[in-house]
Amino acid sequence: MLQSLNIRAALVSIGLLVLMLSVWEFANQPPEATKALTEYEMLMGGADQEARVPPPSKVIGLAIKELSDPFYDVGPNDKGIGIQLAYSIYRVLTGFFLAALIAIPIGFLIGMSPLMYKALNPFIQVLRPISPLAWMPLALFIIKDSETSSIFVIFICSIWPMLINTAFGVAGVRNDWINVARTHELSPLRTATTVILPAAAPTILTGMRISIGIAWLVIVAAEMLVGGTGIGYYVWNEWNNLDLTSVIFSILMIGVVGMLLDLALSAATRLVQYEE
Amino acid sequence: MKKHFLTIENLARRFPGKDGELTVFENANFSIEKGEFVCIIGHSGCGKSTIMNVLAGLDAPTEGHVFMDGTEVSGPSLDRGVVFQNYSLLPWLSALQNVTFAVRSRWPGWSKEQVREHCYKYLEMVGLGDGAELRKPSQLSGGMRQRVSIARAFAIQPKLLLLDEPFGALDALTRGTIQDELVKICEATHQTIFMITHDVDEAILLADRILLMTNGPHARIAESVKVDLQHPRQRGKIIHDPGYYPIRNHLVDFLVRRSEELSGAVTPETVAQAAGAYPAEVNPAAAAGAGGSSPRITAAKAG
Repeated sequence: MLQSLNIRAALVSIGLLVLMLSVWEFANQPPEATKALTEYEMLMGGADQEARVPPPSKVIGLAIKELSDPFYDVGPNDKGIGIQLAYSIYRVLTGFFLAALIAIPIGFLIGMSPLMYKALNPFIQVLRPISPLAWMPLALFIIKDSETSSIFVIFICSIWPMLINTAFGVAGVRNDWINVARTHELSPLRTATTVILPAAAPTILTGMRISIGIAWLVIVAAEMLVGGTGIGYYVWNEWNNLDLTSVIFSILMIGVVGMLLDLALSAATRLVQYEE
Repeated sequence: MKKHFLTIENLARRFPGKDGELTVFENANFSIEKGEFVCIIGHSGCGKSTIMNVLAGLDAPTEGHVFMDGTEVSGPSLDRGVVFQNYSLLPWLSALQNVTFAVRSRWPGWSKEQVREHCYKYLEMVGLGDGAELRKPSQLSGGMRQRVSIARAFAIQPKLLLLDEPFGALDALTRGTIQDELVKICEATHQTIFMITHDVDEAILLADRILLMTNGPHARIAESVKVDLQHPRQRGKIIHDPGYYPIRNHLVDFLVRRSEELSGAVTPETVAQAAGAYPAEVNPAAAAGAGGSSPRITAAKAG
């Protein structure tokens, strides 16, 4: 039954995709030239007076070409999609793991100590709603390096969900389990690592999953600002080149990579999930 | 005064409330000997669990002291094992790992082989082995979970074992089987046990002595009832013992009628319960001529 449900869902998905692509393809055809093209029209590539969104056939063609050689590098303005994505992923992961390094211990502290919770809460409440890109000018001024600044922006945007979820998970560990640790004379460190960490792990991983999603959203915008390399820069560069086929292709790639990052974190969450 | 294994002196626990303090229980005085099985019975809210938490070191008393083996109890310790009502197994660990967790904290220096052997010994003692020990608690039935919890508590070989309504959440049939197993384990290990229960029959089957608490607030331990029945006991046979029903009737009568009458402020009948006094010792089986020849109330000695 489940098997057939999956198959039917896949069929519906494929059907919708084909429908969407064909509407896009055929609604977008330039008008047929009724008379011989003028020299100007031939120069502009057709009799059409306005620019059109490239049809899916062109995007698929470009995708095949780009993906068959994703890592070519022929200068600062012409690098393969693989290289651009790799730059972005590297920045996201660096910022993300630096944030985890800070957020999880502080989250533990806040979750275990009501005093620290009350003391740090005002800072968190003020800093959390700030758009990560608002930090960019300050980061550029202080760090004086655009690459590091974009990593910092990722760091600052991924820290909050992890921090808050860790604190929430740690504070919510069932008292019974803490009592088990106490009656077995566990040291505070052993209690934290053998009881509280596994108990709070699913909540912490959920926070990390939210963080990586936000980080992937933010890196595109950050790279549009700082330029140089990365998928965000690539999108903006192709827009400046008026190459909309490449823009659409890179939008799709951003979606695919974001999905893969989310899948990786959800697999990790499943590893630490437990049933009460 | 005779030296007891466990001595509870003038124990009281009060919580700050809206209008002054709320006294859960006070003037609790009793003692437990080595190898003794003592049950405590009382209505909900009389502070049984609070007494247990104080003995476990999870809660501190407002007044009074607890001495075990000559030293005062303060804070939790591996010398006092606890079986909680809701099992309190760590759900991300398998049954075996839950026991291993306890054994490792008791004997950090042991080798892996030694720990494993010790864990299996206790898991087999409660009837867990052949694969079930590798399952997570969520994949085990309530009875199996409580067995793991009991194995975990016995495995650390505590000087005193505290059982907080261990069978409260189990169905009657499972409860019976595990009670039988507990009887066997107790006969074999002579573990000193203090147990909370609501079940009169369970208390008679397991205990050497039953402490009766009046209703809270201001609950007190009113009586210490000796269960003068022969060991080893069997659930099927014990009800035919002539001493069984006198004890049972005494307990039920206390729970239904006298726990309420004796509750609250001190009455003439409870004068003997003044500070420092031990609860009256009662032997219903003997009084009914079934057991020894001691009178109904043997003593109400000062502590």
